[in-house]
This record gives sequence, structure tokens and C-alpha cells, in this order.
Amino acid sequence: MVIITHYGYSDGSGEYYIVIDAEKCNGCGECVKKCPQSALELVSMFIDLEDKTVSAVTERQRKNIKYACSPCKPENGRAPCVLACNQKAIWCVWNPR
Amino acid sequence: MSEIPKKEDVEYWRWQEYHRVFSEKKWKDKDIITAGVDVGSVGSKAVIMLDGEVYSWGVMRTGSNSPDSAKKALNWAMEETGLRVEDIKYIVGTGYGRVNVPMANKAITEIACHAKGANYIWGSTVRTVLDVGGQDIKAIHCDETGRVTSFLMNDKCAAGTGRGMEVFADLLKIPIEKIGEVSLEVEEEPPPVSCTCVAFAKTEAMGLLRKGWSKEKVLAAYTHAMAIRMGNLIKRVGLEKEFVITGGQSKNIGIVSRIEKTLGVKCLPMPDWRENGLDPMIAGAIGAALFAKALYTKQHKS
Repeated sequence: MVIITHYGYSDGSGEYYIVIDAEKCNGCGECVKKCPQSALELVSMFIDLEDKTVSAVTERQRKNIKYACSPCKPENGRAPCVLACNQKAIWCVWNPR
Repeated sequence: MSEIPKKEDVEYWRWQEYHRVFSEKKWKDKDIITAGVDVGSVGSKAVIMLDGEVYSWGVMRTGSNSPDSAKKALNWAMEETGLRVEDIKYIVGTGYGRVNVPMANKAITEIACHAKGANYIWGSTVRTVLDVGGQDIKAIHCDETGRVTSFLMNDKCAAGTGRGMEVFADLLKIPIEKIGEVSLEVEEEPPPVSCTCVAFAKTEAMGLLRKGWSKEKVLAAYTHAMAIRMGNLIKRVGLEKEFVITGGQSKNIGIVSRIEKTLGVKCLPMPDWRENGLDPMIAGAIGAALFAKALYTKQHKS
């Protein structure tokens, strides 16, 4: 079973999502360190009655992803957070309209 | 100087607060009494469960102070039951203000709670849950046990949420509880408004009113735009039947029917909360109370 979280937006310019797989994520925090915008943080997620430490978009940046992630968007799938993850637990979806 | 006539002070956005007790159930002989408190941005909900069965609940507006709203909601749920906070074995806080629930033993994200609560209200066939809250929208996909498999947080702002609807109720002077029906009183569905932002949509709506559009038509155009937006979120997490809507906007027939049309699926019928059914607004609090029971049981096994 997988728990996949999508953070992002969809508007006239297209859709953009940062996707995090909570099962693959081991909470190492590498992506948090590599994010040039400090848009990621480690949080505790409640899965099967246990708390698991996983990476997530910060509460503050959640509604600001359009701007926070725009410097990395041209990297298209090779954003620092994606490259930092050994578990392949984080990826970006960017479909310009 | 002549006196400026006082504006009539009707709060069209204000919705009814209420609570219910299943008084045929008795809490005194029950082992595990748990509670879930869901402090949302607009509404605070509390549910009390006896051995994992809903016993009572309360729904009220969230004030400016989260801990206070949490306490009030819980007291509202306990009213007429004779219960005291000390009788409750385990309390889980959830929602936007979950870290500010002072009496909670634990805080859990609302995503997990909504899926669990929807599973309790509608049964194990529920796969897609759309929670339209006061200031955000969440699309959740879950399995037959109510466990979250995928979810999506909404983008950017309060567009199309409960708060956005309150703004429109106020602008058009239509009581919030009527807003869904009124939005359906159009002969032909107008094109959706182009702005999803509440502030801009308000400006656009005023422009349409000046152009001679009726209130109903303006409301229909706004509701239409919101439904399309919500439909897109659901498509992203993967729409699967059975599909349900939770949160305050589940009572907005204008939103619900338009989402159904956009997606081409019917929602599972809403329980009759005015009678003996469970209100879809309390799904998150139900989930929290269920987790409270599971956590309490787990704690006392070891």
C-alpha cells in the first residue's frame, strides 16, 4: 500500500505538483537540505496507528508553490529535491498548458 | 447634520450551529469513551464515541481562538449527556487548528481522519473523498478500511471553499444555507466565472450584476467555476467510485450536483443529518474519535 501526497496547483499556466511517496520516504531529510527555497520540512505522518517521519511541503509554502518552486521548474524532473532522494520518493509533475 | 440611516445588519453568511445526542445509547456502561475534535478554519466539530459508535456531536463556528473553539465544540457535544471531560478516555485533535486542542492526547492530520470518517459514515465501499472545507479543498483516495492511499491538497487559496461561499452569500444577500438551491434556479447554465480567486471573483460578480445578470445567474456562474476546479483536483488523485463529499460544502446542492455533472458520477447519497443520520461535516471528527479508540486500545494492550 502506498500513500502518495500531491502538493501543487493547476491554473491557466498548467499543472504543477510535488509528489511525495510516504512509504518510500525514509525521513533522511536530504531533500529538505537541498531545497533552495526551504519549501520542504520533515513532518510526522500518522500511518497505520504509527507516526512516521516523512518529508512534506511546509505549511507556509503549501499555497505558494507556484512561486516557491518556479526557480527549479525549468530543471523539469531534475530539481534538487528530486536528485537528492536515494529512495526515489519525491518527484515533480509539470504539465504546461 | 442628518443622521445616516443604519444599515440593516443581517449576516447572510452565518450558518446554524447545532448538536445531537443519541439519547437511546447510555454511556455509563460503556468501556471506552473517546472523542474527536476537528477545529477547522470556519467550523469546529466534536464527536463523542462509545466503544467506537457515535453517541453525540456538536458543530459550531470557529472563533478567533482555536483552543477556546475546541473546548466549546467539545462542551457542545457533551451538552445534555451528563458527561465530563474526565470521563473521556482518549481525545484526538484534528483539522487546521489541531495543535491547539488543549485537552487532546494526540493530534492527527485531517486527511487520515476524513478518510476514516467517510468510511464510517458511508461504509467500506467509499474510495474517493472530496473534503471541501472552510479554506481548503482536499481530494483523498482510500482503501476499504478507510486508509489513505493518495491525497492532494488544494492550490493557492480559499477559492471555491466554504469561506468563498460565505463571501458570495454576503455579496448577493442570500442566506448561506439557501445558496445551493438558488444557484440552481437558472434556466440555462451560464459559463463559469473566469477568476477562481475569491477577491477577484467578487469583483467579476459585481461587474456581472451591473451588466444585468440576476443573482441566481451570477451564483450559478461562480458555483460552476468552483465545481470544475474541484473536479480537476479529483481527477488528479484518481476518481474511483464510490465517491463522497465531506465538509460544509457537502450540503451545497449547487456544488454537489455540478461536481457530479463535471465528473459524470453520482455521489453516494448524503445521510439525512436532520433526522438520525450523520452529518458529512463531522466526518473528520468521527475519524479522530475512531483513531482515539484504536490508540487507547493499543496503549492498554501493551
